Amino acid sequence: MLAHAIAALHQAMVTPPVDLSVTDLPPPDAQAEEAFTPVGIPPSTPRWRASTTPTTPLDPKVGRVGVAAGAVTPPDPKDPLARRITALHFPRFSMNRWQWHMDRAGQAPPPEVPVALAVEGPHGPVIHATNRAADQHGIRIGARVVDMRALVPDLRVDFADVGGDRAALGRLMLWVRRWCPWSTVDGPAGLVMDTTGSDHLWGGEAAMLREIEGKLSTLGLETDLATAPTHGAAWALSRCGGVREVCAPQDLATKTAPLPVRALRLHPDTVLLLKRLGLKTVGALADVPRLSLARRFQKAELVQNPLLRLDQLMGRMAEPLQSPDDPPQFCVQSSLPEPVMDPEPHLPDMAQELCAGLHAAGLGARRITLTVYRTDGEVDRIGTATSQASRDAAHILRLFDGKLERLNPGFGFDLITLEASVVEHVDVVQTRIEGGSDEGTELARLVDRLSAKFGADNIRRPAPRDSHIPERREGWHPAMAPDAAPLPAHPRPRPLRLLQPPEDIRVLYAVPEGPPAQFMWRRQTHKVVRFEGPERIAPEWWADRPGTRLRDYYRIEDQHGCRYWLFREGVVGDGRGGAPRWCVQGLFA
Amino acid sequence: MRSALPPPKSATDLLMERAETAGRKGEADSQPTLRELFADKATDAAALGFMLAQIDITKGPVLWISDRISRKEAGVICMAGLPHGIDVLRVDVSKPVDVLWAMEQGLGCSTLGAVVGEVWGDPPALDFTASKRLALRAEAHAVPAWLIRRAATANLSAARARWRVASLASMHNPDDIHALGQPLWQANLFRSRWGTPGEWVARAQDGTLHLDHRVEGQTEAGARYG
Repeated sequence: MLAHAIAALHQAMVTPPVDLSVTDLPPPDAQAEEAFTPVGIPPSTPRWRASTTPTTPLDPKVGRVGVAAGAVTPPDPKDPLARRITALHFPRFSMNRWQWHMDRAGQAPPPEVPVALAVEGPHGPVIHATNRAADQHGIRIGARVVDMRALVPDLRVDFADVGGDRAALGRLMLWVRRWCPWSTVDGPAGLVMDTTGSDHLWGGEAAMLREIEGKLSTLGLETDLATAPTHGAAWALSRCGGVREVCAPQDLATKTAPLPVRALRLHPDTVLLLKRLGLKTVGALADVPRLSLARRFQKAELVQNPLLRLDQLMGRMAEPLQSPDDPPQFCVQSSLPEPVMDPEPHLPDMAQELCAGLHAAGLGARRITLTVYRTDGEVDRIGTATSQASRDAAHILRLFDGKLERLNPGFGFDLITLEASVVEHVDVVQTRIEGGSDEGTELARLVDRLSAKFGADNIRRPAPRDSHIPERREGWHPAMAPDAAPLPAHPRPRPLRLLQPPEDIRVLYAVPEGPPAQFMWRRQTHKVVRFEGPERIAPEWWADRPGTRLRDYYRIEDQHGCRYWLFREGVVGDGRGGAPRWCVQGLFA
Repeated sequence: MRSALPPPKSATDLLMERAETAGRKGEADSQPTLRELFADKATDAAALGFMLAQIDITKGPVLWISDRISRKEAGVICMAGLPHGIDVLRVDVSKPVDVLWAMEQGLGCSTLGAVVGEVWGDPPALDFTASKRLALRAEAHAVPAWLIRRAATANLSAARARWRVASLASMHNPDDIHALGQPLWQANLFRSRWGTPGEWVARAQDGTLHLDHRVEGQTEAGARYG
């Protein structure tokens, strides 16, 4: 062990000889380090990602010289055009999301069907989003749905999920931070990212834009995007410029000059005003003497002031990107000096630490994931959930009881992480004056423990359903879900137990329309001593298959005093099959 | 806790106690503990009716655990037939040993109104130790526990009261001579820690259980049809 460490140290200190002809292949050492090991030897040479040339020098010194020689001068922090801003615009965000959901449900219409999404307007629904086919048919956004229906009778209209779109855009804003550390939402269907200094990781700006567009298209999103030195220019080029446009600081004026004035993020009224003044492009506006513009729009606000917007586009006025923080992540990890077979002794401390973090943030965990990393690179996960947000370490530990045996330790684990993957706010309420536990908490914990052991689908509460058929009248929902409405009382006597499915019996009639005189069920003969009925329950035509027969229910008592609930399915001569079938469905007390 | 060893009693004490409890019906004490109900037949729901008449539904939800064969042979509970307002938390498990585990978990939660476990047959897991654990836990947390046994023999158990319940012919219906009346059950208390064993005709009335030796012209023996 010691000899191995000394050898590793020696290797780390000696710089490997640089041989430019064979550096295409990584050295064997580098390949061995590729396997994930948190307590491995630190890499002796830094590895460069996404190199443009195959002959990347491995020597750090040569590498730095190479980068420095590659015309990238350190940017001056005072220079307003030193930043690189990428703007993303999703022209059909709502429609793309709708199509993605329909694809998932297997109900997506073919692309040639015109589809529009509507929102409620003051005079009936108005068009909110369209697909490509609807555009070609002349459907306009903002028009009333009835007018567009007159234009295209086979237009398919669905309601838009505006709140869902907003939430999805917020999630997407965090998701795009894989390309750069700062991003924020820009309007109802746009994002803006500060990609200063992160493009080289993807092989340049053009390659990065291609990568972003490709990744977003796998999510089903159509994207217009552009990179420019200012937010205003990136916004303008992404909406009105070419495909994946990259604008260098020196080209800023020439590239933005032919764009229309609406690319300046102005209010539509101001755009109309400028059009009436004969100023149709950004270049034309920039040629107007500054003094006249300033005098004309002296008191106008930012969205109505073309001069301020022009200054923002040209970088004369600063417009910093305000990137919201990442949502807090509650994850505790413990990297072990030696592989262990059983993670259990480490869990109490980790749970304590996790719960302390949750407590400090005023949150509780709804879903907890334990991840173990094996020495041979395999990763194993166990998840558990709580019905009420919890930050009690002892409770969280109990939920993992009996689940840890399912982990296959192999040659042992050397890294364990415990993560609260879904968290919720917890209001601290003292229910009793002397302190003590909340009544709801105790029951919720019982449900958690039972659900963790038997599965959430096996711990259920009754929920009413809108049906008369006895077996369909009661639904059972997982107790982890929010409480359902209480069941209404039933006016007629109902059995304590229901047999599922009803069991066939052989009957001996007294009269065909009445109750049986005697029946045979489970190889036992029961004589009917008393009966009550019939109670007729008709099939539900809106739910049952055609040809379903009605049921006549009888409460009967046999010679031993046992009380059953029988039914006859159909009546003789109803034209829905042969002789009626008799079944026993319930047991009375 | 009631399970602690009682202090030694003299013969006079025992006789006096006997005289005191002899007049009471069934169990002398209704404190929450483990009770066992043996159904005469698997398809006889009399044991459930007998139990539901004794459960206080206002105390809290009822944790109702059943194993797979019980659900298959005797059906699942039907909320429309249970007393109105009862809050049931239904737990479906496959093995009897899981019923016992879930019952033990439930008995630790004192906000529950009752814990009901349905066990089919005589599983080896349900031995004296298991029933003693359930009984002690039920008494410690004051949660009544009911063990419903079908197709089972009454072997060794620590349940504080053991009943055998069967259906009897129902009472006369004053409105219709052919129809069913109020249900009656034959309840046989064959082992009791605090009361005197005996046999009664039981019925539910006004949400409580009534035990009688005979009901309106029906003798206990003559109530069954030949």
